[in-house]
Amino acid sequence: MPADTALERQNETEQTRSGEFYRPDVDILELADELIVRADVPGARNEGIDINFEDGALTIYAKIAERPRCGPLLLREYGVGDYRRTFRVSEQIDASRISAQYGDGVLTLHLPKAEKARPRKIQVQG
Amino acid sequence: MTQRVRGGFPQFREFRDEVDRLFSNLAAHPTVAGATRFVTGREFPSLNLWEDNDNVYAECELPGVRSEDLDISVVGSEMTIKGRRAETAEPQATYHRRERGVGLFSRTLKLPTEIAVDQVQASLREGVLLVTMPKAESAKPRKVQVRVSA
Repeated sequence: MPADTALERQNETEQTRSGEFYRPDVDILELADELIVRADVPGARNEGIDINFEDGALTIYAKIAERPRCGPLLLREYGVGDYRRTFRVSEQIDASRISAQYGDGVLTLHLPKAEKARPRKIQVQG
Repeated sequence: MTQRVRGGFPQFREFRDEVDRLFSNLAAHPTVAGATRFVTGREFPSLNLWEDNDNVYAECELPGVRSEDLDISVVGSEMTIKGRRAETAEPQATYHRRERGVGLFSRTLKLPTEIAVDQVQASLREGVLLVTMPKAESAKPRKVQVRVSA
Protein backbone atom coordinates (compact mmCIF):
# COMPACT_ATOMS: atom_id res chain seq x y z
CA MET A 1 0.00 0.00 0.00
CA PRO A 2 1.50 3.36 -0.88
CA ALA A 3 2.43 5.34 2.20
CA ASP A 4 0.46 8.42 1.31
CA THR A 5 -2.91 7.01 0.33
CA ALA A 6 -4.80 7.66 3.47
CA LEU A 7 -3.63 10.82 5.07
CA GLU A 8 -1.27 13.31 3.65
CA ARG A 9 0.07 16.34 5.37
CA GLN A 10 -1.34 19.41 3.77
CA ASN A 11 1.36 21.50 2.17
CA GLU A 12 3.04 22.44 5.44
CA THR A 13 0.57 25.26 5.98
CA GLU A 14 1.40 25.43 9.64
CA GLN A 15 5.04 26.13 8.94
CA THR A 16 4.50 29.34 7.05
CA ARG A 17 3.17 31.00 10.15
CA SER A 18 6.72 31.55 11.35
CA GLY A 19 6.50 29.39 14.40
CA GLU A 20 3.26 30.43 15.97
CA PHE A 21 2.32 26.82 16.51
CA TYR A 22 4.15 23.67 17.37
CA ARG A 23 3.68 20.65 15.18
CA PRO A 24 2.72 17.64 17.26
CA ASP A 25 4.38 14.29 16.58
CA VAL A 26 1.82 11.85 15.23
CA ASP A 27 1.29 8.21 14.43
CA ILE A 28 -1.18 7.49 11.65
CA LEU A 29 -2.45 3.95 11.36
CA GLU A 30 -4.83 2.36 8.97
CA LEU A 31 -7.04 -0.56 9.86
CA ALA A 32 -9.60 -2.28 7.66
CA ASP A 33 -12.44 -0.04 8.74
CA GLU A 34 -10.83 3.08 10.17
CA LEU A 35 -7.86 5.40 10.37
CA ILE A 36 -6.33 6.18 13.74
CA VAL A 37 -4.39 9.36 14.42
CA ARG A 38 -2.42 9.64 17.65
CA ALA A 39 -0.85 12.99 18.44
CA ASP A 40 1.42 14.07 21.29
CA VAL A 41 0.01 17.28 22.76
CA PRO A 42 1.46 17.33 26.28
CA GLY A 43 0.00 19.95 28.56
CA ALA A 44 -3.29 20.16 26.68
CA ARG A 45 -6.63 19.88 28.38
CA ASN A 46 -9.86 18.45 27.00
CA GLU A 47 -11.49 21.85 26.70
CA GLY A 48 -8.54 23.32 24.82
CA ILE A 49 -8.58 20.74 22.04
CA ASP A 50 -10.28 21.55 18.77
CA ILE A 51 -10.64 19.06 15.93
CA ASN A 52 -11.97 20.12 12.59
CA PHE A 53 -12.71 18.02 9.53
CA GLU A 54 -13.71 19.96 6.48
CA ASP A 55 -13.35 19.39 2.75
CA GLY A 56 -11.13 16.40 3.31
CA ALA A 57 -8.75 18.28 5.62
CA LEU A 58 -8.32 17.26 9.22
CA THR A 59 -6.97 19.92 11.58
CA ILE A 60 -5.86 19.27 15.12
CA TYR A 61 -5.48 22.24 17.41
CA ALA A 62 -4.59 22.20 21.08
CA LYS A 63 -4.32 25.25 23.24
CA ILE A 64 -1.60 25.06 25.85
CA ALA A 65 -1.96 27.18 28.95
CA GLU A 66 1.08 28.95 30.29
CA ARG A 67 2.70 26.96 33.00
CA PRO A 68 3.74 28.69 36.20
CA ARG A 69 7.43 29.29 36.37
CA CYS A 70 9.37 31.41 38.76
CA GLY A 71 12.86 32.58 38.18
CA PRO A 72 15.03 32.55 35.08
CA LEU A 73 15.53 29.43 33.03
CA LEU A 74 18.84 27.71 33.64
CA LEU A 75 18.26 25.38 30.74
CA ARG A 76 15.78 25.65 27.92
CA GLU A 77 15.54 22.71 25.59
CA TYR A 78 11.95 23.10 24.42
CA GLY A 79 9.37 25.79 24.06
CA VAL A 80 5.77 25.73 25.21
CA GLY A 81 2.93 26.83 22.99
CA ASP A 82 -0.18 25.81 21.10
CA TYR A 83 -0.17 22.85 18.74
CA ARG A 84 -1.60 22.77 15.28
CA ARG A 85 -1.31 20.40 12.38
CA THR A 86 -3.40 19.78 9.29
CA PHE A 87 -3.68 16.62 7.23
CA ARG A 88 -5.20 15.98 3.87
CA VAL A 89 -7.39 12.91 4.05
CA SER A 90 -7.82 11.19 0.72
CA GLU A 91 -9.63 8.19 2.14
CA GLN A 92 -13.43 8.41 2.24
CA ILE A 93 -14.28 9.16 5.85
CA ASP A 94 -17.61 9.01 7.61
CA ALA A 95 -17.21 12.45 9.17
CA SER A 96 -20.26 12.11 11.39
CA ARG A 97 -18.66 9.20 13.22
CA ILE A 98 -15.23 10.69 13.92
CA SER A 99 -14.43 10.30 17.60
CA ALA A 100 -11.63 11.46 19.86
CA GLN A 101 -10.17 10.62 23.23
CA TYR A 102 -7.58 12.49 25.22
CA GLY A 103 -5.44 11.46 28.16
CA ASP A 104 -1.88 11.75 29.48
CA GLY A 105 -0.96 14.26 26.80
CA VAL A 106 -1.96 12.02 23.90
CA LEU A 107 -4.87 12.73 21.59
CA THR A 108 -6.35 9.74 19.77
CA LEU A 109 -8.70 10.18 16.83
CA HIS A 110 -10.74 7.47 15.19
CA LEU A 111 -11.82 8.18 11.63
CA PRO A 112 -14.19 5.48 10.41
CA LYS A 113 -13.99 4.79 6.70
CA ALA A 114 -17.10 5.43 4.73
CA GLU A 115 -18.96 2.26 3.86
CA LYS A 116 -17.93 2.31 0.22
CA ALA A 117 -14.23 2.67 1.06
CA ARG A 118 -14.07 -0.48 3.15
CA PRO A 119 -12.53 -3.61 1.69
CA ARG A 120 -15.11 -6.13 0.64
CA LYS A 121 -14.73 -9.79 0.17
CA ILE A 122 -16.46 -10.87 -2.98
CA GLN A 123 -17.88 -14.31 -2.99
CA VAL A 124 -17.37 -16.11 -6.29
CA GLN A 125 -20.55 -17.83 -7.32
CA GLY A 126 -20.06 -21.43 -8.39
CA MET B 1 11.63 29.19 7.20
CA THR B 2 11.64 28.55 10.89
CA GLN B 3 9.96 25.41 11.92
CA ARG B 4 9.98 25.02 15.63
CA VAL B 5 10.94 21.54 16.59
CA ARG B 6 9.98 19.82 19.75
CA GLY B 7 11.64 17.07 21.69
CA GLY B 8 11.41 13.55 20.35
CA PHE B 9 12.66 10.07 20.93
CA PRO B 10 16.15 9.33 19.64
CA GLN B 11 15.21 6.99 16.83
CA PHE B 12 13.13 9.63 15.09
CA ARG B 13 15.55 12.50 15.06
CA GLU B 14 16.85 14.32 12.09
CA PHE B 15 20.45 15.30 11.73
CA ARG B 16 19.86 19.00 11.16
CA ASP B 17 17.75 19.15 14.22
CA GLU B 18 20.46 17.58 16.34
CA VAL B 19 23.06 20.01 15.13
CA ASP B 20 20.84 22.98 15.79
CA ARG B 21 20.16 21.81 19.26
CA LEU B 22 23.72 21.01 20.07
CA PHE B 23 24.87 24.44 19.09
CA SER B 24 22.08 26.21 20.88
CA ASN B 25 22.92 24.29 24.03
CA LEU B 26 26.57 25.15 23.81
CA ALA B 27 25.89 28.78 23.20
CA ALA B 28 23.19 29.37 25.74
CA HIS B 29 24.07 27.12 28.63
CA PRO B 30 27.78 26.50 28.83
CA THR B 31 27.68 26.18 32.59
CA VAL B 32 25.01 23.54 33.09
CA ALA B 33 26.87 20.27 33.06
CA GLY B 34 25.02 17.48 31.31
CA ALA B 35 23.19 19.73 28.93
CA THR B 36 25.77 19.40 26.23
CA ARG B 37 26.38 15.71 26.59
CA PHE B 38 25.83 14.39 23.14
CA VAL B 39 25.94 10.67 22.72
CA THR B 40 23.25 9.40 20.39
CA GLY B 41 21.82 12.64 19.12
CA ARG B 42 19.56 14.84 21.12
CA GLU B 43 18.78 13.45 24.49
CA PHE B 44 15.35 12.47 25.58
CA PRO B 45 13.52 13.85 27.34
CA SER B 46 14.22 17.50 26.60
CA LEU B 47 14.32 19.50 29.82
CA ASN B 48 13.57 22.96 31.00
CA LEU B 49 15.23 23.88 34.25
CA TRP B 50 14.75 26.87 36.51
CA GLU B 51 15.18 27.85 40.15
CA ASP B 52 14.04 30.17 42.85
CA ASN B 53 15.55 30.74 46.30
CA ASP B 54 14.32 27.45 47.68
CA ASN B 55 13.98 24.99 44.82
CA VAL B 56 15.31 23.81 41.51
CA TYR B 57 12.57 22.82 39.08
CA ALA B 58 12.91 20.44 36.14
CA GLU B 59 10.10 20.06 33.65
CA CYS B 60 9.81 17.72 30.70
CA GLU B 61 7.14 16.44 28.35
CA LEU B 62 6.36 12.76 28.51
CA PRO B 63 3.07 12.22 26.68
CA GLY B 64 1.76 8.69 26.96
CA VAL B 65 4.15 7.75 29.74
CA ARG B 66 2.44 6.40 32.83
CA SER B 67 3.70 7.37 36.27
CA GLU B 68 4.32 3.72 37.13
CA ASP B 69 6.70 3.50 34.16
CA LEU B 70 8.74 6.44 35.42
CA ASP B 71 11.70 6.34 37.79
CA ILE B 72 13.14 9.62 39.07
CA SER B 73 16.12 9.76 41.37
CA VAL B 74 18.30 12.53 42.76
CA VAL B 75 21.72 11.89 44.24
CA GLY B 76 23.60 14.89 45.58
CA SER B 77 23.24 17.36 42.75
CA GLU B 78 22.51 14.89 39.99
CA MET B 79 19.04 14.01 38.77
CA THR B 80 18.16 10.98 36.68
CA ILE B 81 14.87 10.44 34.86
CA LYS B 82 14.32 6.95 33.52
CA GLY B 83 11.28 5.42 32.00
CA ARG B 84 9.60 3.82 29.08
CA ARG B 85 6.78 4.59 26.75
CA ALA B 86 4.78 1.49 26.04
CA GLU B 87 3.96 0.57 22.48
CA THR B 88 0.31 0.28 21.61
CA ALA B 89 0.10 -3.02 19.80
CA GLU B 90 -1.85 -2.78 16.55
CA PRO B 91 -0.85 -5.91 14.68
CA GLN B 92 -3.40 -5.41 11.93
CA ALA B 93 -2.47 -1.82 11.22
CA THR B 94 -0.56 -0.25 8.36
CA TYR B 95 1.47 2.70 9.59
CA HIS B 96 1.33 5.79 7.38
CA ARG B 97 3.32 7.89 9.83
CA ARG B 98 5.25 6.88 12.89
CA GLU B 99 6.80 9.88 14.55
CA ARG B 100 6.06 9.03 18.16
CA GLY B 101 8.88 7.01 19.62
CA VAL B 102 8.45 4.12 22.00
CA GLY B 103 10.72 2.26 24.34
CA LEU B 104 13.21 3.07 27.07
CA PHE B 105 14.78 6.40 27.84
CA SER B 106 17.16 7.67 30.49
CA ARG B 107 18.70 11.01 31.15
CA THR B 108 20.98 12.34 33.84
CA LEU B 109 21.49 16.00 34.50
CA LYS B 110 23.93 17.77 36.79
CA LEU B 111 22.09 20.43 38.76
CA PRO B 112 23.57 23.77 39.77
CA THR B 113 23.22 23.11 43.50
CA GLU B 114 23.08 20.33 46.07
CA ILE B 115 19.55 19.06 46.64
CA ALA B 116 17.79 17.97 49.81
CA VAL B 117 17.20 14.63 48.16
CA ASP B 118 14.68 13.27 50.65
CA GLN B 119 12.28 16.14 49.89
CA VAL B 120 12.11 15.88 46.12
CA GLN B 121 8.60 15.80 44.70
CA ALA B 122 7.30 15.07 41.23
CA SER B 123 3.97 15.40 39.47
CA LEU B 124 2.89 14.08 36.08
CA ARG B 125 -0.12 15.87 34.60
CA GLU B 126 -1.37 15.71 31.02
CA GLY B 127 1.96 14.29 29.96
CA VAL B 128 4.04 17.02 31.63
CA LEU B 129 6.43 16.02 34.39
CA LEU B 130 7.48 18.59 36.97
CA VAL B 131 10.18 17.67 39.47
CA THR B 132 10.52 20.03 42.42
CA MET B 133 13.86 19.71 44.16
CA PRO B 134 14.40 21.68 47.38
CA LYS B 135 17.90 23.05 47.65
CA ALA B 136 20.07 21.74 50.44
CA GLU B 137 20.32 24.25 53.30
CA SER B 138 23.98 24.81 52.55
CA ALA B 139 23.14 25.81 48.98
CA LYS B 140 20.49 28.44 49.77
CA PRO B 141 21.39 32.06 49.39
CA ARG B 142 21.91 33.73 52.73
CA LYS B 143 21.37 37.34 53.53
CA VAL B 144 24.06 38.65 55.79
CA GLN B 145 23.77 42.01 57.42
CA VAL B 146 27.06 43.83 57.20
CA ARG B 147 27.62 46.78 59.42
CA VAL B 148 29.45 49.60 57.89
CA SER B 149 31.45 51.57 60.37
CA ALA B 150 31.66 55.25 59.91
